[in-house]
Amino acid sequence: MALNRDFVGRTYPSSTSYEVARVKIREFAAAIGDHNPIYRDPEAAKAAGHPDVVAPPTFPIVFSLSGAGEALADPELGLDFAMVVHGEQRFEYERPIYAGDELLCTSTITEIRSVGRNELLTVTSEVTTLQGEPVCKTYNTIIERGGAA
Amino acid sequence: MTATVKYDEVEIGHAIPAAEYAVHRVNLVMYAGASGDFNPIHWNERFAKAVGLPDVIAHGMFTMAEAGRFVTDWAGDPGAVLDFGVRFSSMVVVPDNEDGAVITVSGVVEEKLDDNRVIVALTARSGDSRVLSKARATVRLA
Repeated sequence: MALNRDFVGRTYPSSTSYEVARVKIREFAAAIGDHNPIYRDPEAAKAAGHPDVVAPPTFPIVFSLSGAGEALADPELGLDFAMVVHGEQRFEYERPIYAGDELLCTSTITEIRSVGRNELLTVTSEVTTLQGEPVCKTYNTIIERGGAA
Repeated sequence: MTATVKYDEVEIGHAIPAAEYAVHRVNLVMYAGASGDFNPIHWNERFAKAVGLPDVIAHGMFTMAEAGRFVTDWAGDPGAVLDFGVRFSSMVVVPDNEDGAVITVSGVVEEKLDDNRVIVALTARSGDSRVLSKARATVRLA
């Protein structure tokens, strides 16, 4: 089923902040098989010039879709999750994410388009500190296979 | 935060040696838990086949994370990655056996920018397929 284009331009702020925990960074690093001590050991991170352990570059995927999650599940949008695969992903950093950061994420559905038999939907998320300092911007494009057929 | 690779010592066309990353079902289960993406196509063979996939497939983000690991291992500092984007061009099929799948990542310095930044073009393959396309990382070197 074609996705509802009325959702383009809708913005979803996160309802609560996301607190970046050392244990979560450690868990994420373990899941991607990366044993870099900068992800685990605050002293190693400090020796490399960081204030605390650093999150891997793809870490914001953990929280960056939470705001838009409800919208993607909205029956009015018409997205069949069983047919969804990931199309494109990008992270643009102002600065690295550190353990101890408390982050806000505002997501906007920036595009819905058809490519062949598929529907493509892009969510753009602005990640900031509680004080509004920009930290990173993420672009997430999902593909609904056969959605445009 | 400082990369260990020096900008002045890297030329356009510099090839970063390929690395191989093994993927077994357990890695996808761990990634599901760590990322919060519990889509059953990444752990349930019955479900994956029912929706027309050849078998369980890796999370695209798992593949991207391995490509990211390749870049941060080269640069020497995860904080040196300023921009990282990929297109998922093919699936990494992960069979339920001892071999699992292998993702092979390689990279080439494609462009040198100001402020000690370089653009690394990444190639990721699994089996006969190129699993990422348009994969680029902008990295600030020392």
